Amino acid sequence: MENFLSYIPLDISLIVENFDRFLYGVWMTLNLTVLALIVGGLLAVPMAIARASSHPIFNPIVWAYTYIFRGTPLLVQTYLIYFGLGQFEAIRQSWLWDPILSSAWWCAFIAFTLNTAAYSTELLRGAIIDTPKGEVEAAIATGHSYRSRMRRIILPSAFRRAIPAYSNEVIFMLHGSVVASTITLQDILGVGRWLNGRFYLAYEGFITAAFLYFLIVLCITWIFRWLERRYLGHLTRREITETDIEILSEGSTR
Amino acid sequence: MELILEYQSQLLAGTLMTIKLALVSLIISVLLGLLGAWAKLSGNRVAQKTADVYTTVVRGIPDLVLIMLVFYGGQVTINAIGEMSGLWGYLEISQFIAGVGTIGVIFGAYFTETFRGAIMAIPRGQIEAGISCGMPRLLIFSHIIWPQMVRYALPGFTNNWLVQLKTTALVSVIGLQDLVYNAFTAGRSTGQLFTFMAAALFIYLILTAISDIALRALDRHYSRGVVRA
Repeated sequence: MENFLSYIPLDISLIVENFDRFLYGVWMTLNLTVLALIVGGLLAVPMAIARASSHPIFNPIVWAYTYIFRGTPLLVQTYLIYFGLGQFEAIRQSWLWDPILSSAWWCAFIAFTLNTAAYSTELLRGAIIDTPKGEVEAAIATGHSYRSRMRRIILPSAFRRAIPAYSNEVIFMLHGSVVASTITLQDILGVGRWLNGRFYLAYEGFITAAFLYFLIVLCITWIFRWLERRYLGHLTRREITETDIEILSEGSTR
Repeated sequence: MELILEYQSQLLAGTLMTIKLALVSLIISVLLGLLGAWAKLSGNRVAQKTADVYTTVVRGIPDLVLIMLVFYGGQVTINAIGEMSGLWGYLEISQFIAGVGTIGVIFGAYFTETFRGAIMAIPRGQIEAGISCGMPRLLIFSHIIWPQMVRYALPGFTNNWLVQLKTTALVSVIGLQDLVYNAFTAGRSTGQLFTFMAAALFIYLILTAISDIALRALDRHYSRGVVRA
């Protein structure tokens, strides 16, 4: 083992020694990403409904919001909140400044939440307007009001159909969360950068970070594959198995 | 507003750098995407596996991590190889090359999937018809596959391009003087970071809006004669 390790041009002992820091980085990345996804997802539901129903007032407002947040880099949005808001004396004097807007974590959280809410809104809007017309008509025919139609028919089916696209959004959000390391937060990449700077290394920190992110993405992919099977099973094309072929060929000989 | 006018040349230079970054990396990723789609669709097992590993690994690691890995680690690696083999002396990877190369390779993976999907959407019978008419492979590609592939790939292409354009902002973190970097330094030296970051935001918005409009026009061009449901 010793011999084998000496061939790898990486200083593995430093990574192992500082692994608790990396675990802290994983915790930081995950809590930022997951909380932003939850809050952003909750915000997205009413906004998506407003967009899908072409509400005369809210639709254009929400459209402008999603357009701005989807059309600009997350890095700039985060900088605008973290570095930008301090420009205003009124904000620095307000009660929001001390516990929230002066903290890097809160600024990253706000930026990520607003960003993912914008993407999720458009995604969910797409799923809502793609609801098969027959389902809506059947709901109307059985006397559902607009609200109960939305709650019992359209939203459950839209959520299911949004799962594959939403898994991409979750992975993008995880990828986007590296922006946190640029505003002093010790997320996974932040720890990697710290390690490289501390010991004057070229790649150890980044490779460890890349590996950890890759593991998290794999987990997300598994979770969503399970969710798809569980909630979208009725819509996926079933693969033809050998027994199917036997049954089919038996049927044709009879 | 006056401040922005005062720093307009700096912002303009940054914007041009951002556009240059995005366009050069786009060319790399489209070429890699075509190559990757070909590898995935060819019957060749090795090519298929290589392309699979490429798209999985690249899509599993955040852009900034790869950019930093290439910028800080790539330098050391290249010089170590050069020293060992004696083929080249000390080389320096500039921020531009690290950024363009990495972003090009990352989005090559996304374009691979886009192009693969687009080629698969072309009815197989049309290609077979071409073969049975005795068309050479190149002619089949240029007359049957390409025009339809472009149409099927355009929505995904538009999406990838918009993400790619926004991703170039990350290169400012390794010190390339793009729009974000220049807006940030201008904002810090004037103490008006909000104003300048808002200006950067607005410029990005214009860039994405222009791309959106242009690509929609292209979509109309390639969808001539298609009846939409």
